Amino acid sequence: MSSATLSTSMKGKGPLCRFLLDDPAGKWLLIAVFAVSIIVSGLNQFVPEGSALHVSSYTVTLLGKYLCFGLLALALDLVWGYCGILSLGHGAFFALGGYAMGMYLMRQIGDRGVYGNPELPDFMVFLNWQELPWYWQGFDSFWFAMFMVALVPGLLAFLFGWLAFRSRVTGVYLSIITQALTYALMLMFFQNDFGFGGNNGLTDFKDILGFSLQSDSTRVVLLMLSALALGLGYLLCRWLVNSRYGRVLMAVRDAESRTRFIGYRVEHYKLVAFVVSAILAGIAGALYVPQVGIINPGEFSPINSIELVVWVAVGGRGTLYGAIIGALLVNYAKTWFTGAMPDAWLFALGALFVVTTLWLPRGVVGLYEQAKKRFIKPSSGTQDKEVVDHGR
Amino acid sequence: MNWRLWQALPLVCLCLLFVFSAPGQVLASSDASSNEELATMLGEKSWDKLETAITRLSVKGDDESQNILTLWLSGQLFIEKKTQRLVTAEKSGRTYLISDPISGDAWGEVKKRSLKKVRINNRLRNSIKTALALWDLKSEDPDKRLQAVKEISKDINVSTLPLLEGMVEQETDTDVQAALTTAIALYNFQQGSDELKLESLKTLAESDNPIVRSALESAKNTTKDKQLLQGIHSALADLDRRQDYYSAVESMFFGLSLGSVLLLAAIGLAITFGVMGVINMAHGEMMMLGAYTTFVIQSAFPSLIEQSLFIAVPMAFIVAGSVGILIERLVIRHLYGRPLETLLATFGISLILQQAVRTIFSPLNQAVSTPEWMSGSWIINDALSLTWNRVYIIGFSLAVFLTLLFILRHTRFGLNMRAVTQNRAMASSMGIHTSRVDALTFGLGSGIAGVAGVALSQLTNVGPNLGQNYIIDSFMVVVFGGVGNLWGTLVAAMGLGVVNKLLEPWAGAVVAKILVLVFIILFIQKRPKGLFALKGRAVED
Repeated sequence: MSSATLSTSMKGKGPLCRFLLDDPAGKWLLIAVFAVSIIVSGLNQFVPEGSALHVSSYTVTLLGKYLCFGLLALALDLVWGYCGILSLGHGAFFALGGYAMGMYLMRQIGDRGVYGNPELPDFMVFLNWQELPWYWQGFDSFWFAMFMVALVPGLLAFLFGWLAFRSRVTGVYLSIITQALTYALMLMFFQNDFGFGGNNGLTDFKDILGFSLQSDSTRVVLLMLSALALGLGYLLCRWLVNSRYGRVLMAVRDAESRTRFIGYRVEHYKLVAFVVSAILAGIAGALYVPQVGIINPGEFSPINSIELVVWVAVGGRGTLYGAIIGALLVNYAKTWFTGAMPDAWLFALGALFVVTTLWLPRGVVGLYEQAKKRFIKPSSGTQDKEVVDHGR
Repeated sequence: MNWRLWQALPLVCLCLLFVFSAPGQVLASSDASSNEELATMLGEKSWDKLETAITRLSVKGDDESQNILTLWLSGQLFIEKKTQRLVTAEKSGRTYLISDPISGDAWGEVKKRSLKKVRINNRLRNSIKTALALWDLKSEDPDKRLQAVKEISKDINVSTLPLLEGMVEQETDTDVQAALTTAIALYNFQQGSDELKLESLKTLAESDNPIVRSALESAKNTTKDKQLLQGIHSALADLDRRQDYYSAVESMFFGLSLGSVLLLAAIGLAITFGVMGVINMAHGEMMMLGAYTTFVIQSAFPSLIEQSLFIAVPMAFIVAGSVGILIERLVIRHLYGRPLETLLATFGISLILQQAVRTIFSPLNQAVSTPEWMSGSWIINDALSLTWNRVYIIGFSLAVFLTLLFILRHTRFGLNMRAVTQNRAMASSMGIHTSRVDALTFGLGSGIAGVAGVALSQLTNVGPNLGQNYIIDSFMVVVFGGVGNLWGTLVAAMGLGVVNKLLEPWAGAVVAKILVLVFIILFIQKRPKGLFALKGRAVED
C-alpha cells in the first residue's frame, strides 16, 4: 500500500527514483511516515470504537500536526543546513500560510457565526465593521486562498531576502533581523484593528470544501494530505540539493566569498533557497490550521521559531531527513511532557538546546552514524563530517 | 484703584451683616462658640443656610472652626437627636463612639439610630474646600500656600479677593506670588471692566494653570468686544505655544527615559555580544535575576524598603555576575567562534532559568515596592511634571554607562579585555590569561544586566517573562549602534527611545514600535555593521 502511494507520487519523475536509491535513510523515513499514516487512518476508520486497536481521532490530528511540523523543519533545514542561513523567523512564514488558510475557513463559516452575518466574520461584526476589507476579498475561493498560502510567505521571503542577501547581511545579524521580522509581525497581528482577529486570531472553523472539520474522515484526509505534502516537499528538497544548484548552495554555505569570487551570484542562490523554504513553511502552516482549528498571533512569537531551530538541530541538520526526525522526536517529547509533568518541559527543552549544541553537533542522525561507523565499519573515513561543521 | 475699593464694598457689607444680623449674635456673644450654637447652625435642613454657616465659620477663622469644617468635609460630624448636640462619631463595632468636636471629650457610645449626619453636598464640599484653603494661605509651608491659592482660584469671590491682594505684597515665595497674581488676574478677567480685562490678559497669557485656559476658552465664545476678543485669542495662542513646547519637552523626556531603559538593557549585551562576540540569549534572564534579587531583598528586610535599592544593586551585580561566570565556564567556553551555536545554547539556558524562577517563586508577577524617594513627581510648573522614578533611571543608566566606560578605558582589567578582543593570540603570548579574561568579561556583562534588572523592577512587572520582553529590543540597540562600540550603544538607545516616543502620538504605541523595528531591519541592510562599526573579533566573520 505504502509503496504504491510512493510510486504514484514519483510517476514520470524518473531521476527521483535514482536519488532515492542513493538516499536510503530518506527512503525508509518516507516509507515509515506513509505506513504509519495509513495504519493510523485505517485503524481510525475501519476498527470500531471500543476495540483495543481503535485509534482516536485525537491521535490522528496529533500525527497530522507532527507531520506539518516535520515539513516546517524540512523547510528550515533547506536554508540552514544547506545554505548556512539561520533563520529565526521561519515561524512567521508558517503562520502567514496558516492565516491565509484561516481566512478561507473563516469565509466558509458564512452565516453560521455567532452574529449570523453572511458576509463578515464574527470579530469584524464585533468591531462594528461595515464591509469586508480589501485584503479579505477573494478568500472565499479555495484556490485563491491556496494560491495566497504560497504567495504571501514567498513574497515576504523574496522581499526580505532580496534586501538582506544583496547587502550581504550574514550570520548572526541575519538571524537577529529575521527574529525582529517575526516579532514585528506578531505585534502587528495582535492589533485588533489590523483585521485578522487580534488576540483571538481566527477560529471556530466549520468546514473545508464542504466537508466538516469535526468529522473523522476529514481528519484522516487531512492527515494523508500532510503526509503527502511532507513526502513531496522532501523529494523537492532532495532534488534541489542533489542538483547542480544544490552543489553551489553548499559551496555558498562553506565558503561564501570564495564562491562569489569564482563568479556565482551568491545572493540569487540564497534567495531561491529562502523563497522555496518560505513557501514550504507556508504550506505546512496551511495544513496545520484546519487540523488544530485555530490560528492566532502567538504562532509568530520568536520563541516558536527558535524552538523550530532546535528540532532541526536535534535531528541533525544538513541531512533533510534528520530535520523531520528531529521535529517528530521533539514534538512527541513535548506532548509526553506536557501530559506527564508540564513543569519539567521547559527544563527538558532548555537542556535539549544545551546538550545538542555541546555534544551533538550533528544531532541524533549524526549519533546514529557515529555508532554505525564504530560498530559496523570501523575503518570508513570521516570526510563528510567537516561539511556540517562549516555550516554555521 | 477706586474701582477695587468699590468692589470690596459688598464684603464689608457682608461682614457687617454677620455682625448685626440675628444669628450674628453667635459671633458677637463669645469668642469660642458653644456646642449648642454650632448644633443649631449645622442642624439646618436648607442648603443655603448651611452655606451661610460655612461662610461664618470661615470669617471667624480660628483653629476650632477649621477643625469643625475638616470634620464636616470628611463626614464625621453628627447631631445627636436626643440632646441636640454636635458630636463627632467613630464606628466601633455596631455602635458609635461619640465625642465633643470642640474639646475632644469622649461622650460614650450610642446607636446609629440616635445620630443624624450633618448634611453635605457637592456644592458645600467645594465651599468648605475653599474655606479651608483660606487657613492654608497663612501656613508657613510655601507648598501648602501654593496649594491653597490654587484651590481658591477655582472659585474666587468678592470675599476672598482682598485676602489674596493683601498677600501678594507680603509673599516671599515666587511660585506662590505668581499663583496669586494669576488668581487675581483671573478674577479681574471674569468680573472686572473691559479695561481691566485687557490688562489682566497679559498676566493670564503667562500662566500654565489649566483653569486659566478653560476660563479663556469659555470667554472666547461669549465675548462680543472686538479688541477684547483679539486679546483673548492672542493670549490663547501664547498658551498653545507654551503647551506645545512643554509637550515636546515631555515627549523628549519620555523618549530619554525609554532610551535609558533600553541603554540599561543593552549595555550588558554590548559587552557580551559586542566585545566578546557571544550571542547571549539568556541576557534578558540575567535582568530577571536582578529584578528578583530586589524582590528577595525587600522580602527579607521589609523594614529597609527605603534603602533596599542600594543593597539590591551590588547584590544583583554579584548574583547575575556569578551566574554569568558559571554559564561561561560550563557552556559558552566550548562554543567560542561558533556564534549560532552559542545562540541556541544560551537560549536553552534562558528557558531553564525562566522555569527555575517559575518553580522557586511562582509563575505570577511579584510585587516590588518603590521607595518613598522615588515615587511622586518633580513638578516644574502647572503644565510640566516629571515622575521621579524616570528621572532617577535616566541618571542611573548614565552612571552605569560611565562606570563601564571607565572600567574599559582606565583599568587593568579593561586593558586586558580590549587586548583579548583585538588579538587573542597576541594577548595570550603577552601573558594575559585569556580564558580568565573571557569569564570575567562575561561576568561583567551579566552583572550589569543584573543591575539593569534592579532598575527595571521599579518600572515594570517583575515576573518570569521580564527578560524575554527586553531581549529583542536589546539586540536591536546593540546591532543598530554598531557592535563593539559603547558610544554607539548609547546613541542608538537614546535615539530609538526618542524616535519611538515621538512616533507614538500619531501612530499609537504598538505601531510606533513596529515602525522602529522595520526601520532597523532596513537600516541593517544599508549598514550591516551598525551606526559606528569597529574592528574587533566580532567583525571578522
